[in-house]
Amino acid sequence: MSDAFQITVDGRPVPVTRGQTIGAALHAAGVRSWRTTRLGGRPRGLFCGIGICFDCLVSVNGRPPERACLLDARPGDEVTTS
Amino acid sequence: MPDLIVIGAGVVGAACAHYAARAGLDVTVIDRGPVAGGTTGAGEGNVLVSDKEPGPELDLAVLSRRLWRALAEDAGPGGFEYEPKGGLVVAETPEIQRRLAALAALTAASGVEHTVVAGEDLRGYEPHLAGGLAGGVHYPQDAQVQPMLAAARLLGHGSIRLRTDVTVTGFTRSGERVTGVRTDRGDLTGDAVINAAGTWGGEIAALAGVELPILPRRGFILVTEPLHRPLVRHKVYTAAYVTNVASDAAGLETSAVVEGTPAGTVLIGASRERVGFDRTTSVPVLSRLAAQAVALFPALRDVRVIRSYCGFRPYCPDHLPVIGPDPRAPGLYHACGHEGAGIGLAPASGHLLAQVLTGRRPELDLRPFRPDRFEPALRPDRFEEPA
Amino acid sequence: MSGQPGSDPVTCDVVVVGGGPAGVAGALTAARRGLRVVLLDSGARLGGQYFRHPAVAVRPGTAGFDRFVRQARALDRQARVLLRHQVWAVSRDDDLVVHCLAPGGGAVTVRCRGLLIATGAHDRALPFPGWDLPGVLTAGGAQALLKGDGVVAGRRIVVAGTGPFLLPVGAGLAGAGARVLGVFEAGGGLGLARHPLPALARAGEAAGYALALARHRVPYRTRRAVVAAHGERELEAVTVARLDRDWNVLATRRIACDTLAVGYGFVPQIDLGVQLGCDTRADVDGSPVLAVDGAQRTSVEGVWAAGEPTGVGGWRLAELEGRIAGLAIAAHAAPDAPAAGRVTEALIRRRGRLRAFGRALQEAYPVRPGWRGWLRDDTLVCRCEEVPLGRIREALRLGATDARSVKLLARPGMGWCQGRVCGYAVARLAGEPPGPPRRPVVQPVSLGTLAEPPHPLSWKDLP
Ligand SMILES: Cc1cc2nc3c(=O)[nH]c(=O)nc-3n(C[C@H](O)[C@H](O)[C@H](O)COP(=O)(O)OP(=O)(O)OC[C@H]3O[C@@H](n4cnc5c(N)ncnc54)[C@H](O)[C@@H]3O)c2cc1C
Ligand SMILES: Cc1cc2nc3c(=O)[nH]c(=O)nc-3n(C[C@H](O)[C@H](O)[C@H](O)COP(=O)(O)OP(=O)(O)OC[C@H]3O[C@@H](n4cnc5c(N)ncnc54)[C@H](O)[C@@H]3O)c2cc1C
Ligand code: FES
Repeated sequence: MSDAFQITVDGRPVPVTRGQTIGAALHAAGVRSWRTTRLGGRPRGLFCGIGICFDCLVSVNGRPPERACLLDARPGDEVTTS
Repeated sequence: MPDLIVIGAGVVGAACAHYAARAGLDVTVIDRGPVAGGTTGAGEGNVLVSDKEPGPELDLAVLSRRLWRALAEDAGPGGFEYEPKGGLVVAETPEIQRRLAALAALTAASGVEHTVVAGEDLRGYEPHLAGGLAGGVHYPQDAQVQPMLAAARLLGHGSIRLRTDVTVTGFTRSGERVTGVRTDRGDLTGDAVINAAGTWGGEIAALAGVELPILPRRGFILVTEPLHRPLVRHKVYTAAYVTNVASDAAGLETSAVVEGTPAGTVLIGASRERVGFDRTTSVPVLSRLAAQAVALFPALRDVRVIRSYCGFRPYCPDHLPVIGPDPRAPGLYHACGHEGAGIGLAPASGHLLAQVLTGRRPELDLRPFRPDRFEPALRPDRFEEPA
Repeated sequence: MSGQPGSDPVTCDVVVVGGGPAGVAGALTAARRGLRVVLLDSGARLGGQYFRHPAVAVRPGTAGFDRFVRQARALDRQARVLLRHQVWAVSRDDDLVVHCLAPGGGAVTVRCRGLLIATGAHDRALPFPGWDLPGVLTAGGAQALLKGDGVVAGRRIVVAGTGPFLLPVGAGLAGAGARVLGVFEAGGGLGLARHPLPALARAGEAAGYALALARHRVPYRTRRAVVAAHGERELEAVTVARLDRDWNVLATRRIACDTLAVGYGFVPQIDLGVQLGCDTRADVDGSPVLAVDGAQRTSVEGVWAAGEPTGVGGWRLAELEGRIAGLAIAAHAAPDAPAAGRVTEALIRRRGRLRAFGRALQEAYPVRPGWRGWLRDDTLVCRCEEVPLGRIREALRLGATDARSVKLLARPGMGWCQGRVCGYAVARLAGEPPGPPRRPVVQPVSLGTLAEPPHPLSWKDLP
C-alpha cells in the first residue's frame, strides 16, 4: 500500500495518508459532517475522536454504519453520507 | 391521614393509586427508590391478550387493555407512548399452527380478536420474517406502552402524594388490623394499605405476618441500535413463548420475542430462569436470544446490540397475580405477583381494587387472585369455577 | 498455561485489556517473568492516548516515546498482541473469559487466569447550547487527530474547558500551524500553587507549554469558558464568558472560529470491572474508579487494574501502575519466584508521589456547578437520543430521583454511546455524583456475531 491514496465521499475524491482513519481524512478534507440525527436531522461528524461518542457513524462500501474515527481508510473505500 | 397508602411506585402501585384517587380517595404512595425503579423499569411494556389461555388472567388482560387505551386517551399526546401495534404469533410447523389457531378460537369468546394468517401471507404483516414458517395468528388488540412514563403519569393525579426514597419496614396494627406502615422516615397511618411491591411483595407480606410465595424469575432483554426504518412492526413471537410463560421450570428457557419500538430500537427477549436476584450478565443467554431473533428475522443479522438489561419478574407458583383484601390481615390489600404481565395487567388490578375499597362490587371475580389461596388448607379451592 | 498444543482453547496466564502506557508496561513486565500474555486493544497501533502516533513514521516529540517504542517492540516478541480487537464483555466460569470482536466483526474469546484492566479514560464533556455542531471536538479528540492522524483539527481554533491538559492541546495545535484564538480555563488556575510539592515536580512541563503558547501569541485566560457554540451546519463562532468562581456567567463576548476543542477532565473507563463486580470508590472529583490495593489488585479474585481506571493521574502514573500490576501478577502466578521480581519499596514510593500529584491536579481543577446555568431548556444534554434539558427537568418533576430513573423516563444515556458522553451531566442534573456504569455490552455487537459460537483463542494462535 502506498503512503498516499484516495477514497471517495459520495463519489467525490478525498486524499488519505496511510494509517489515517476515515474520520480524520474526511475532517482534514473539510467534510465535517456526514450524517444527520434521527429526530432533529442535526448534522454530525467527529466529536470525541476515539470511539466513545458514536457521533461519527458512517457507512463504508455499503456496510452498516461504523465509527469513522476507529476505521482505517483503505484505498478505494466508498463513503456514503446520509 | 390518607385514606390509602400504596407501597410501591411501579406500574401496578401507580395504577392502584390512580384509580383510587379517581374514586375520590386521598392516596399516599411510598417507594424506597424512585418512580418505576423496580421491575417496571426493566419491562418491555407489552399489553398482551395474545399469550393467555381462557381463564381469569385472560379476563383480567382483556379488561386491562381496554383501560390502558382509555388512560392513554385521557392523558392525550405527550402523556405516555401507547402504541396499538398488534401481536403476531408465528408457528414453525403445521401442527403448531393448528394448535395456535385452536387456542385463538377459544379466546375469541373472551373478547380477543384475531386473524389466522397462512404461511404465505405472513410477509404481508412482517416483510422481513424468515421464510418457511407454517403460519401465524395476528392479534390486533396487543399494544405497547412506555411503562416507566406511564407509571409516572398515572401518579400525576392531583390527589396522590408521592414519597420516594422511603422504605417500608413494618406495619402499625390495632389488634389484627393493619392501620398503617412503619418506614425509615417514621410511621404513617391510613385506612387501608396496598402492597404493590412487585417481586418484593412477599417480603412486604411477611412484615405483616402473612405469607405470599412470590419469587424472582429473571429475564434478559437485548436492545439494538436505533434503526432509521422500522424492520419489525408488530410484537412477533414464536409459539414456544406461550409454553415458556406457563412453565414452572427453574432452569433457563428462552423463546424468540422480537419487536420494534417508537425509539427505533428493536427489543429482543425473552428468557426465563429462577436464579434469585443475580444480575450477572450471562453471555450464553444473550447468545441464545440473538440466535433465535436472527432465525426469525434474518435481516437482524447485521444489526448491532448496544445494550442489554435484566429484570426479575414477580413469579407466583400458579402464574396468577395476587389481587384483593387479605383476610389474614384486615386493612391490608395486595396487588403484586404479576410475573411477566404486570404492565399489561396494572390498570385492571388498580381499577378492581378501587372498586373494592369504595365498597362497590368488582367488575371481575377476584377469587382466583385471592391472597390466601396458597394456604395449604385452602389450596383445592383454586380450581373452583368463578361465579 | 493449560490445554493441549493445537486448536484446543488455551487458558493463558494474563489478558491485558488496553495498549496504552499502563497496559503495555503491565503486559511486558508479566511476559518478561515468563507468563503467557495476550494484550487486546481496539486501536490500530499500541500507544493508547498518550503515546498515540501515526502509522507513517514521523517521530513525535512526545516525552518517553522512544522508550515506549522499545517496550512495544519487545512486547510484540514476548506476548500476543491483538490490535483492532474490541472487548465487549468479560465473564467467568472456571477461568475468566474475555469476549472480543475481531477486525472483521467475528467473535473471539480468550480464556485467562488473570486479567489486567488498563482501559484508560475518555474526555469528560459538559453540555452547552450548540455543543453538537460539527467543528466542536473534545480536547482529547483534537489531540488524537493531531497525534494519530497528523490532522490539525481546524484553522481558527478555540481551546476551552478545565485542567492542565488544555495546555498541551493548545500548544500542539498552535505548533502545527493552527491559529489558536485562546485557551480558556474555567477554573482559577492558581489552585495548584497551593500544593508546593507537585507544583515543583511538574513546573518544568507546564512552563514549557506556557512558553510555547506565548511564542505563538496564544492568550491563556482563566475563569473563562465557552458557554455557547453558533453556526448553521457547522461551527462559526463561540460565546466566551467570564465566570465567577462557581462558573456562573458574568459577561460574554463572541469569537468567530471554525473549531472548538473542549474538555473538562477525564472519565475513567471502568465498565469491564463493574461487569465483574469489582468494588469502586469515588475519586477526588466524585467519579467512580476501581478500588485497588497496593498491588493494583481489585476486589475480585484474579482481576488487576492500572492506569486511569484506578484514578486519573496521567501517563507516568499509568505506566508505573502497569509495571507494578505486572510484577504483582507474576508474583501471584509463581509465589516462589525469586524476590527480584517483586514490587519494591522504591516503586511504591514513586507511585505514592505520582498519585499525590494526580490528586492535587484534580483538586486544583474541579468542575464547578455553574455550568448548569449555561444550558437552556432546549439544549441537548444527551446527543444520541437528542434529549434536551427540558425533558430531564420534566423527568425530575415526574418522580425521578436519580440518574437511572431520569434515564428510564427521558432516555438520556439509552443511545449509541450508552451514557459515556452525557453520564456526568445527567447525574449532576439529577443531584448525585456519577455512579458506576452498568454496561453489560461494552461495545456494540451484531446479532449475527452474538448468535454464532465464538472462536476461542487456541495454542496455535499464540506465538
Ligand atoms: C425482562 C422483562 C420483560 C417484561 N416484559 C413485560 C411486558 O412486555 N409486559 C408486561 O406486562 N410485563 C412485562 N414484564 C413484567 C413487568 O415488568 C412486571 O410484572 C411489572 O413491572 C411489575 O410491576 P410492579 O409495580 O408490581 O413492580 P415493581 O415495578 O417492581 O414495583 C415495586 C416497587 O416496590 C418498591 N418496594 C419494594 N420493597 C419496598 C419497601 N420495603 N418499601 C418501599 N418500597 C418498596 C420497589 O422499589 C419497586 O419500585 C417484564 C419483566 C421483565 C423482567
Ligand atoms: C483522547 C485523549 C487524548 C489524550 N492525550 C493526552 C496527551 O496528549 N498527553 C497526555 O499527557 N495525556 C493525554 N491524555 C490523558 C491519558 O488518559 C493519559 O495520559 C494516558 O494515556 C493514560 O494511560 P492509560 O494506559 O491509563 O490509558 P490509555 O492510554 O487511554 O490506554 C487505554 C487503551 O485501552 C483501550 N481500550 C479501552 N477499552 C477497550 C476495550 N473495551 N477493548 C479494547 N481496548 C480498549 C484503548 O483503545 C486505549 O488504547 C489523553 C486522554 C484522552 C482521552
Ligand atoms: S468521534 Fe466519537 S466515536 Fe468517532
